[in-house]
Amino acid sequence: MSQIPAPLLTLVIGVVVTLVSLWYGQNNHLLPLQASEQAPLVDDLFNVMMTIGTALFIVVQGTIIYFFIRFRRPKGDDTDGLPVEGNLPLEAFWTAIPAVIVVGLGIYSVSVFQEMGGFTPGGHHGHGTMVAQAPQKNVIDVGSPLLAQSEAEDSVYTNVQVYGFGASSLKEVRAPDVTVNVTGMQYAWIFRYPDTGITDGELHVPVGQDVQLMIEAQDVIHSFWVPQFRLKQDALPGQTAELRFVATREGTYPVVCAELCGAYHGAMRTQVIVHSVEDYADWVASRVAQAPSGDAAVATSRTDAEYLATATQAMPVDPTQLAQLADPVKP
Amino acid sequence: MAQADLQVNRPEAPAGHGHPEKWKWYDYFTFNVDHKVIGIQYLVTSFLFYLVGGFMAVLMRTELATPDSDFLSPDLYNAFLTNHGTIMIFLWIVPAAIGGFGNYLIPLMIGARDMAFPKLNALAFWLNPPAGALLLGSFYFGGAQAGWTSYPPLSEITANAAQTMWILAIVMVGTSSILGSVNFLVTIWKMRVPSMAWDQIPLFCWAMVATSLLALFSTPVLAAGLILLLFDINFGTSFFKPDAGGNVVVYQHLFWFYSHPAVYLMILPIFGIMSEVIPVHARKPIFGYKAIAYSSLTICLVGLFVWVHHMFTSGTPPWMRIFFTISTLIVAVPTGIKIFSWTATLWGGKIRYTTAMLFAVGLLLMFVFGGLSGVTLGAAPFDIHVHDTYYVVGHFHYVLFGGSVFGIYAGVYHWFPKITGRMLNEPLGKVHFVLTFIGTILTFTPMHSLGMQGMPRRVAMYDPQFQGLNQLVTVGAYILAVSVIPFYFNVIWSWMKGPKAGGNPWNAMTLEWTTASPPIIENWEVLPVLTHGPYDYGFDPTAEAPAEEAIVPK
Amino acid sequence: MQGAIDSNPTATPAVAHEEHQDLRVLGLLTFLASEFLMFAGFFAVFLVFRSAIAEWPPAETEVELLLPGINTIILVSSSWVINLGTKAIKQNDLAGMRKWFGITAAMGAVFLAGQIYEYMNLGYGLKTNLFSNCFYLMTGFHGAHVFIGLVLILGVLWRSRRAGHYNDVTHVGPEMAEIYWHFVDVVWIVLFSLIYLLTLL
Repeated sequence: MSQIPAPLLTLVIGVVVTLVSLWYGQNNHLLPLQASEQAPLVDDLFNVMMTIGTALFIVVQGTIIYFFIRFRRPKGDDTDGLPVEGNLPLEAFWTAIPAVIVVGLGIYSVSVFQEMGGFTPGGHHGHGTMVAQAPQKNVIDVGSPLLAQSEAEDSVYTNVQVYGFGASSLKEVRAPDVTVNVTGMQYAWIFRYPDTGITDGELHVPVGQDVQLMIEAQDVIHSFWVPQFRLKQDALPGQTAELRFVATREGTYPVVCAELCGAYHGAMRTQVIVHSVEDYADWVASRVAQAPSGDAAVATSRTDAEYLATATQAMPVDPTQLAQLADPVKP
Repeated sequence: MAQADLQVNRPEAPAGHGHPEKWKWYDYFTFNVDHKVIGIQYLVTSFLFYLVGGFMAVLMRTELATPDSDFLSPDLYNAFLTNHGTIMIFLWIVPAAIGGFGNYLIPLMIGARDMAFPKLNALAFWLNPPAGALLLGSFYFGGAQAGWTSYPPLSEITANAAQTMWILAIVMVGTSSILGSVNFLVTIWKMRVPSMAWDQIPLFCWAMVATSLLALFSTPVLAAGLILLLFDINFGTSFFKPDAGGNVVVYQHLFWFYSHPAVYLMILPIFGIMSEVIPVHARKPIFGYKAIAYSSLTICLVGLFVWVHHMFTSGTPPWMRIFFTISTLIVAVPTGIKIFSWTATLWGGKIRYTTAMLFAVGLLLMFVFGGLSGVTLGAAPFDIHVHDTYYVVGHFHYVLFGGSVFGIYAGVYHWFPKITGRMLNEPLGKVHFVLTFIGTILTFTPMHSLGMQGMPRRVAMYDPQFQGLNQLVTVGAYILAVSVIPFYFNVIWSWMKGPKAGGNPWNAMTLEWTTASPPIIENWEVLPVLTHGPYDYGFDPTAEAPAEEAIVPK
Repeated sequence: MQGAIDSNPTATPAVAHEEHQDLRVLGLLTFLASEFLMFAGFFAVFLVFRSAIAEWPPAETEVELLLPGINTIILVSSSWVINLGTKAIKQNDLAGMRKWFGITAAMGAVFLAGQIYEYMNLGYGLKTNLFSNCFYLMTGFHGAHVFIGLVLILGVLWRSRRAGHYNDVTHVGPEMAEIYWHFVDVVWIVLFSLIYLLTLL
C-alpha cells in the first residue's frame, strides 16, 4: 500500500492506542468526588475497565470504519468479494482474548468486592442488630405514631437476614463506631441514632469513623445512594440491609433515592454531612440537649404530618403530599 | 390445519386450496393464516406502536429539559415512563423482530410453504392488538406507574386498575411469544426443504432457534410472577406484601428470570438480521458461519443464568453477586465473536453503500459501545454505583435502540422489496440513517455521564447541575423524533408508488430471493432446490460446493 | 427440549404427509415444557417461603392427608388408564378407546370434585395467610389444568362418535390428550410432594 512497512505501522498504531487508552483511563473525570474508603476501589476498577474499553473501542471501531471505507465497491464493479469463509486461528484468537480479559476482570471484581466488605455483611450481624434494636424502646424523638407503630410491628415474619456491604475485611472484628437506622418512606429518609436517640432528616457522620447503616423501608422499595461514596443499597420493606462505610472527606453530599418509589421519586433527596470528629460530637451534643426527655407521651403528641414536616424541611416535597402520607394507609 | 401445505415434495402448483390468487387489502385485517400476512400484520402493528412509544419518549424528554417537574404531572410522567418501556419492548421490538421478520422470513428461508401451525400463528398475532389496547386503555385509569419492572409494593399500591390491565397485557403478549416460539422451533426443525442440512440454514433461522428456546424457558416464569402480582392486587393474597410475611425480592427474581433473557430475545433476531444483511451487501460469504450459529446458542444458554445482575443492590447475598458477575461477563465472549465475525466479513468485500448496509454497520458501531458499557455494568462493585441511574438508561438504549432498532431498520431496508415488491427510495433512506445515527449518539451518550455523576433514572425532576447535559439529550431525542418522518414517508410512498423490485434486487443467495416479490401465496410454484449455500458469494457458481476447510486470507 | 436441536446434518427432514401428525405432538411437547416452567416458578416461590418462615404451614392452616392421598391415587392411576385407551386405538379398537377414555374422564371429574370438597372443608380461604395463598393458587392452577385436560378428553370422546375419525393410523387427538393428561399428572406429583408431604415432615 505505502512505503511504511506493515509491521511498523501496526506497532505504531498499537503504541498510540495503548498510550491514549492509558491516559483516558486515568483522566476520564467521569466519576464524582471520592468521599469514602470504598470510592477509590470502585474508581480504580472503573478506570481499568475504561482503559481496556477505550483500547477495544478504538481498535474495533477503527477496524470497522477502515474496512467499510477500504473495501467499498469500486464504481461499475458488480463482482463479488473474496470468498473467505473463516479462519480458525483468527477465530480462536478473538474468542480467547475476550475470554482472558473477562476472566481477569472477573477476578479483579471479586477482589474489589471483597475489599469493599462485600463478603462480611452480617459478620457483625448479632452485634449490629442488637445495637440497632435494643435502644429503640427509649428513642427520644420517635415522634410519629406511624413510625412508632412500625417499630412495634415485630411480627414472626420479620426477615432478619442482613445484606449489603460490611466493614472492609481487615476490620472484621471491629464493632462500628456509629450506627444509624435508616428508614426510607415516600418521599423522605429518616435517620435515627439508637445510641443517642437522635432522629433527623439528614445523615450526619464523623469523618474517618466506621459507620454502620441499618437500612429499611416503610412502604415501598427505595434505594439509598450516595454517589460520592459509590455505595448504594436498596431499602426493602420487611428486610434490613447493612451498609458500612468510612467517610474520608468532610463535606456535604447528596443522598439520592435510586429506586422508583412513586410520583415524587425524583424529589426524594436529602444530604449526608460528613463532620470532623469534633464537629460531630458538637452536633450530637446540641441535638441531645435540644430533645425533650425520653418520654414517649411527649413524643406521640406530635402528629405524623408535623413530624414529617420537620423531618423533610429541606426537601422539595409538597406539603399536601405529606398530609396524605401521614394518613395511615396501611391495612 | 392445511395439511396439503406440508406436502413439500409435490412439485405441482398449489392450486385449489380455496385461496385467492392474491390477498386483498382487507385480508390483512382478518384471522389470516398465511405466514406472510401474519408477518406483515406484526410489522405494521409494531411500527404503529413504535410511534406511540416514541411520542411518550418525546413528552418525557420535554419534561426533562428543565430540572423541575413543570410540563407533565409526576403521575403522568411515571405512567409514560412505564408504558414507554412496556410498549417499546413488548409491542415494538419483540413483535417486529421476532413476530414480523420471524414469521415472514423463516418459511421463505427454509423452503416451506407455511409455518408448522398456521392457526396457532394467527392466534399468536391476534393476542397483540388487544394487549396494546389494554395498555393504552389503562391511561383512563391513570396508567400503570411502577415502571416496566413493576416492582411490588409500589405496583400494588399505585393505580390498581391500570396495573391490572398492564399485567393482563403482558400475560397476553407473553402467551403470544410462547405460541410463536413453539411454531418457530417446530418449523425450523421439521419443515426445511429436504436438501437443506443444519449447516445450510440461514443464520437468521439459527438466531430464531436460540430466541425461541429462550422465550420458551423464560416467559412462563414471568407469567408466574405476574399472576402472583395480579392475585396480590385483586384477590387479597400477600405474596409480595412484607407486613403479611411476603417477600418483595422474590418478585424481582421471577421478573428478571424472564426479563434479562428478554434482552437477548430482542437482540438475537437482530443478530440474525445482521448475518443476512452484511454478506449480501458486502458481497462476501459470512465469516465463521458455525461460530456465529453456536454463539447464538451460547448466548441463549448463558443468558438464562445472569438475571441477578439486575439485583446487585437488592437483598442479594454475596455469593450471588459474585456468581452473577462472572456469568454476566462471560456473555461478552460469544457476543464478541459475532461482532468480530461481521467485521471480518467486511474485509475484502465489495461493499455496497445501501441504506440497509449503512444501518447494519451503524449497528456494529453502536453495539461495540453498548457492549463495552454492558461489561462495566456486569462488574458488581461498579454496578452498585451506577445501578438504577442514567448510566443504565444510556447503556440499554445503546443496545436496544442502537442495536435492535437499527437492526429492524436494516431488515426493513433489506427485505422491503421482497415484502412489497417495490424498492424504497435510497436517498431518503440515507437522510433517515444520518438523522438516526446523529440522534442516537446525541441522545444516549451523555446519559452515561449523567448517571455516573449522580442522576438516578425514572425521575421527573432532577438536580439543576445536570441541566446542561439533559438539554443535549433532549435535543438528540427531538432529532430522533424527526428522523422517523423520512422513514415513514418513504415506506408509505414506496409501498404505493416505488419502482418495481423484481425477484432478487440485491442478487442475494438465500431462498427467499428465489421467488417473486412479493411471493405468491404458497411461496413457490415449485419448491426450490438448494444448489449452493446461503452465503456462497464469490465462488464460481458452476463449481462444486466449497470444501469444508476455510480459505485462509493471506 | 434439547432434542430440538438435531445437529445431525444427515437427518432427512422428510416432511411427508403422515408426518404432519407428529408435528402437532411435537408442538404440544414443546409447549408443555414451557408450561411446566410456569409451575416451576410457583414451586420456587413456595420453597422460598417455606424456608424463610419458621412455622410452615402456620398453626391454623394445616393440611390433611387422607382425601388428597386418595385423590392422588385416583389421578396417578388415571394416567395408566388413559394409556390403555391410546393403546386400544393404535390397535384400531375404537370401543376400547372410548371405554378407557370414559373411565379417565370420570376419574378426572372425581379428582376435581374431591379437590372442591377439600377446599370447602379446610376452614381457611385464599387470603388467610401466606401458606393458604400458595396452597390455593397452586392447587387452583393445577385444577384449572385438570379441567382443560378433562375437556380435551371429552372432546376426543365427542369426536370419536364420527365413524373412522380415529383409527390405527390417525390418532393424534387421543395421543395429545394423553400427553396433556400425563403432564397434569406429573405436575400434581410434584405439587403433592411439596404441599402435603413436605409440610408433614
